[in-house]
Amino acid sequence: MKFEGYEWLAITIMISLFIFVGFIQGWSVSLVILNMCIISAIMTMGVNISWGYAGVINFGVMGFLAMGGLAAVLVSYPPITESWHAGGRGLGISFALLVILVIAVMYINKTVIQKRNRYILNSLIIFFGILIIRQFYLNATHNIEDVNPAIAGFLGGLGLPIIFSWIVGGLFAAGVAFVIGKVALGLRSDYLAIVTLGISEIVVSVLKHEEWLSRGVKNVIGLKRPVPYEIDLQNADWFINLVTYLNSSKLNNIIDVSDRQQVLNNLIIDGSGIFVKLSYAILFLIVMLIIFYFANKAQLSPWGRMMRAIRDNETAANAMGKDVVKQHLIIFVIGAAIVGVAGAMLVTLDGLFTPSGYRPLRFTFIIWIMVIVGGSGNNLGAIFGGFVIWFSWIEAAPLTTFIINQLTIGLEPTNALKLHLLDSVPYFRYLFMGLILLLILRYRPKGIIPEKVRHS
Amino acid sequence: MIDFLNSIIVLLNFIIIPGISYGSQLALGALGVTFVYAILRFANFAHGEIMSFGAMITILFTWFFQSQNIGLGILPTALLALPVGIIATIILCIISDKFVFQYYRYQKSVPVVLAMVSIGVMFVINAIIRIIIGTETIKFSDGQKFIMKAKQFKVMTGLNEGLALKSSQVITILITILLLTFTFWFLQKTKTGKSMRAFSDNEDLALLSGINPDRVVFTTWIIVGVLACVAGTLYGLDKSYKPIIYLNLVLPIFASAIVGGIGSPFGAVVGGYVIAFSEIMVTYAYKKFFVYLLPSSIEPTGLVQLLSTDYKFAVSFSILVIVLLIRPSGIFKGRVL
Repeated sequence: MKFEGYEWLAITIMISLFIFVGFIQGWSVSLVILNMCIISAIMTMGVNISWGYAGVINFGVMGFLAMGGLAAVLVSYPPITESWHAGGRGLGISFALLVILVIAVMYINKTVIQKRNRYILNSLIIFFGILIIRQFYLNATHNIEDVNPAIAGFLGGLGLPIIFSWIVGGLFAAGVAFVIGKVALGLRSDYLAIVTLGISEIVVSVLKHEEWLSRGVKNVIGLKRPVPYEIDLQNADWFINLVTYLNSSKLNNIIDVSDRQQVLNNLIIDGSGIFVKLSYAILFLIVMLIIFYFANKAQLSPWGRMMRAIRDNETAANAMGKDVVKQHLIIFVIGAAIVGVAGAMLVTLDGLFTPSGYRPLRFTFIIWIMVIVGGSGNNLGAIFGGFVIWFSWIEAAPLTTFIINQLTIGLEPTNALKLHLLDSVPYFRYLFMGLILLLILRYRPKGIIPEKVRHS
Repeated sequence: MIDFLNSIIVLLNFIIIPGISYGSQLALGALGVTFVYAILRFANFAHGEIMSFGAMITILFTWFFQSQNIGLGILPTALLALPVGIIATIILCIISDKFVFQYYRYQKSVPVVLAMVSIGVMFVINAIIRIIIGTETIKFSDGQKFIMKAKQFKVMTGLNEGLALKSSQVITILITILLLTFTFWFLQKTKTGKSMRAFSDNEDLALLSGINPDRVVFTTWIIVGVLACVAGTLYGLDKSYKPIIYLNLVLPIFASAIVGGIGSPFGAVVGGYVIAFSEIMVTYAYKKFFVYLLPSSIEPTGLVQLLSTDYKFAVSFSILVIVLLIRPSGIFKGRVL
């Protein structure tokens, strides 16, 4: 694929932003922001695929991210055998019963034709089925949560390297999205927005309160990293040699041996942090480029063309023999899966899983602002939106402090208004986000890097 | 017989009274969402923040009146400040319409774009609220807190169970009745109300009949402002004011509006109560109720709770999904005001 001039400009802007921050605030800060930017860009691409390609709205970003996060826990946390002994059997029985219940409901739906009878039978069987399942289920979960509640109290995971969870997270999110899509995709777009938003809240509240599964509000900490730890690096010979080699000119100027050792130690400590963040950044960048490549390929393929046709005129596409419902479901699931991958990466980066941290403002609406600002229907636009919005989200605070200090320069430092404004610096970022969204929607409704319209 | 009375009191105290007052707050909110949906034809995500804004202005003026020693005696001072809050909220609504929504209305944008725009407005109002008043929990109800305390009731009737009646609950219910009566009277009897219904039913036909769309929209925002400010203030008075709660309140409000049949004001009110009662009933532990009713030999051992209270929030959405699956147009067929 070829980039045009303004697209190169966008890429240059993105890169130079990080170099700028690197020189002003330090490379460590710059890399922290960069990592989150890449993850945001992946989330944005996920939303962009369903919204930009096919016009399917997905306000459930938060829920899919949380599913990805759950995958990271379930894949990487070492299994807790005591918990399995305590409640594994009960859970197994209740799961088996649940499957039987679902089969029974499906059977009733097939065989009983009269609508009223069907409803009555279904509600009866579901009610009593759930009563029975609850007995086993509550018992089992209670036992599991009693196992060493201070450090465990949940089932644990598989103990595999966390990097596998990026794929598993995508699968988890896709599974949830499949169910949601089956239920809700027939709705009009603004209903769909509300319903997906609500279901994502349900997903998060399940993760928050089913402690046997995700440890709930007690959080899971200390997930294994896919990259080396700083402390190991600081003791590794090859790393010390590398730092020495990179800074040899600077070190050679210092004559005193103890001084030199001191400087070297500081350099190693700084360097190890940067090295870890850089390795994360490289890993994330690889994932982002892979997704970007395939997303673009898909967009240019006949399938992508069909998606655009469905988006632009559903009725016409339907008349041409395209299965609109099925394609909507497919693209909704794909988009959600990519968001799920990003969710797993987010937890990998943090090394901890906090279900109560998933809030719609931060994890659904901001992502949507990224999509709208970047340009829906254009993958580079999505990445650009993710980078720019996350960057301004982070850098809004220092900027606001600066502006407030400039504006109130005439006031005394103890002035009540000035203090109040400085206290509320963190909230100005919401103001910026809202204004950016409103301005873009008004003056550049297709986004900063709009979709390319191809006439072929 | 005494046991039966006791069990009824338990239900009244823990389900029916809280349900009615929470339901009234949701109903007022849902009515506002419904008005925007029926006249302006988009899902207004900013509604929760508009409610919050109204409550905030009311709180600021409550503080002002308190500092001036102006009060209403046993009634909360907030009632005195409420009119100021309403005016401020109406102004906010009209400003946001003039500067933001109007453009898209003239452009005839699709509803989704307007919903996105309302998210932008939501962010801006959200920021303004947080900058002005912070994120702390604020209790601003003063005056007499209880009309009847649980203990008084026990002494009065000699029953085992107490029935507490907070004044905020009574105020909520009274104001809701007043406001709903007025709104429905306005829609059914006045000329402006009729023109609004006509506009909602068929825009083109309404324009042909000489109805001025700007006037209809203006009136709508006034009604929305009143409803939102009152709903927000009553919610804050009943629980306590916390800016973050109102964002979470948007979802049950939408659920109420859709469950009742979006676009139908009566449906929105009913939906509000449906959502409120189901949230409370599904998550209430009925043990006490059954202990009074059943003979001691078959008394329940567990809590007799369908879902733990943690899932209060999920209930409203499950209902929404079920309603959309079984009857997509809501309980009362929606889409016409």
